Amino acid sequence: MTKHIIRPYGDTSGDGKMQISFSLPVSADAVGKEAAALLLKQIGFDDIEICSIRDLGEGFAHFIAYAVTSATVDTAKIKVKVVDTPVMDMEATDAYVRENLGRQITVVGACIESDAHTVGIDAIMNMKGYNHRYGLERYQCFNAINLGAQVPSEDLLQRARAENADVILVSQVVTQKNIHIKNLTRLIELAEAEHLRDKMLFICGGPRISHELAIELGYDAGFGTGTYSTDVASYIAITLAAKAQKP
Amino acid sequence: MLKLDIDPGLTTRARSAAARITQSFTWLFDDYSSLAIERTVLRLLGIDGALPDGKPLPNVIVDHLLSKKALAQGAAIPVANAMLARNLTAQGVADAVGKGELDLTAIPQAPSDQLFAVLDDLSSRMLTHILAQRETREAQFAKFGPRRQPAIYVIVATGNIHEDVVQAKAAASEGADIIAVIRSTAQSLLDYVPYGATTVGFGGTYATQENFRIMRAALDEISEVERRYISLTNYASGLCMPEIAAMGAIERLDLMLNDAMYGILFRDINPKRTLLDQYFSRMINAYAGIEIQTGEDNYLTTSDAVEKAYTVTASQLLNEQFALQSGVKPEKMGLGHAYEIDPGLPNSFAYELAHALLTKELFPDSPVKYMPPTKFASGNIFKTHLMDAMFNFIGQLTHQGVQLLGMMTEAIHTPHLADRSLAIENARYIFTAVQDLDASLCLAPDSFVNRRANQVLAEAVEFLERVAGEGLFQAMAQGEFAEIKRPENGGKGLDGVFRKDARYFNPFLDKLKQELGL
Repeated sequence: MTKHIIRPYGDTSGDGKMQISFSLPVSADAVGKEAAALLLKQIGFDDIEICSIRDLGEGFAHFIAYAVTSATVDTAKIKVKVVDTPVMDMEATDAYVRENLGRQITVVGACIESDAHTVGIDAIMNMKGYNHRYGLERYQCFNAINLGAQVPSEDLLQRARAENADVILVSQVVTQKNIHIKNLTRLIELAEAEHLRDKMLFICGGPRISHELAIELGYDAGFGTGTYSTDVASYIAITLAAKAQKP
Repeated sequence: MLKLDIDPGLTTRARSAAARITQSFTWLFDDYSSLAIERTVLRLLGIDGALPDGKPLPNVIVDHLLSKKALAQGAAIPVANAMLARNLTAQGVADAVGKGELDLTAIPQAPSDQLFAVLDDLSSRMLTHILAQRETREAQFAKFGPRRQPAIYVIVATGNIHEDVVQAKAAASEGADIIAVIRSTAQSLLDYVPYGATTVGFGGTYATQENFRIMRAALDEISEVERRYISLTNYASGLCMPEIAAMGAIERLDLMLNDAMYGILFRDINPKRTLLDQYFSRMINAYAGIEIQTGEDNYLTTSDAVEKAYTVTASQLLNEQFALQSGVKPEKMGLGHAYEIDPGLPNSFAYELAHALLTKELFPDSPVKYMPPTKFASGNIFKTHLMDAMFNFIGQLTHQGVQLLGMMTEAIHTPHLADRSLAIENARYIFTAVQDLDASLCLAPDSFVNRRANQVLAEAVEFLERVAGEGLFQAMAQGEFAEIKRPENGGKGLDGVFRKDARYFNPFLDKLKQELGL
């Protein structure tokens, strides 16, 4: 196998070993075990080893399995959309904005619609920040306005208009049945209807958000798990400076 | 015996400051009511149901009275008056108003002794029912034995009450003691309680009286099978706090999330509205024998768990004093705290031990509600499972009242069936493994844990004394709580607060005060 054609690694190159865990509406017995094995076989696994069956009650069972896949991936052919602006720390971002934009950037953030969980927006915006990275409120270059949770899209856009915002920052944390997609789509549609879409940067974030998904939904950028205030701040600073320098 | 060496002078000062803060609201509790309180009175008088467009009848009547500028006397008297004049039941009156066939303000007022007699009869009947529910619960615990400590508390959150039932029964069969039905995330800001069974919602389904009834019936069934009384809980918070407390009392919920200040700080509900609503809600909870649970964990998801540990202690003390004002007994106060410490911090476990012991020792009779790691839970489910084990270790070691189990998929989705099962397995293993370990341990007198607990308490005292000096509303307006500024006349629901006039009458407020010795 060439180096860029890969397969899961257990303890030997190319062994294709994977760890799988799932539940089925079956009893935790020989029939259930066979059902789990057949399911994995249908997916295409070989050498299926169901190593744990746990009775979940009410006719359900939980399985943990190891199995081998013959599937391969060619990493040379992968193209992903990622935010590719360099990441600067707070001081560097502040200095960059002073030099390249020469004014404060207004960011209005919220956790919109049904979502009541501010963990994400707070991690990016609050003074304190998260994991040793200060939030946008502490940056000199940002006028950061955090509207908190369960903010209707209409209110967010209205406030952004009133503040003459440069950036709208939306967080979606807890989601079920893809409600985050519906919420994010609704915001963009409203923004377009109100002719705000092109006046501001629209950025979304959350554990189920990727840059690629964000672009697909009509946003400028998306930040998922493992990204911090520094990623968001750098992206905003560099993108707005680039826009401002365009003739 | 694992025990802190707490400065008793600090404890006294902390309680006295908290009492000074909470006792300065008699003007609000005595002279004001809210739309939610009036709707609660109507529900307790036996009015239920909704219009075809979904608007609940209690809202229809309260809005009707409000539009006729006739709410200052409360909703009870106009309804009783219409019952007498038209020879209708309370529900009959509500139906007629709902159809637009009856104007409650166009009926001549009957003599007050007749009105009071009608309301006395109806309120006695409802209070008798609620008392019977309390006795049923007590009989069940007597029959099957008391709840384990810490009790195993898990959530169901499918968004469909019928699906929730399946998951709740599965969880009970694996060892859960308390089932929390998570409600739809947007419900706290609805100024009405939806009607009937619901199969929709996000992150949960609606708290409705029918959903309460369905889940309680299912848990009663599984309690018989498991020979263990399985408790049910939901949220009495948001703009309909007292209505939901009443529904919980009627349908025998056993615990309810009910924090005196949570709505103000974390949902931007008006401070006056919130304090007023919690005052009446907690009386209903107290009479129904419902254990309240408070939301101190929220302070730590917003702020740092070490730096702001004192805000948890301060909020616990305020919640305690507010609850006492409503007649809640200490053994029914499930004050909250949470294991939200940064797992990368050296000695994070020692910090948590200090915080957990401090809570336990400040509130020895409280079935403290201990919340799991969420802020530092990540997509690495294996790491989160391990953090949950450390959390369970502290819960058993310090004998917390209720362990709200952490889920390894906390940061990803509402729990799958297997996630909940693995969480229960984790808790049961740890609880058994360290069951009586605390009896063999003691803390060195000048140890880190002792110093830390005293430091947090001292910070809480300093904070509470400052707030007592400036007043709670003033302190909230300045952002002293949870780093969020909440002005007295800001937030949602202020227009639902009104001043009572001299004729105002709420039969339940008077009777509950009497029953609770307030």
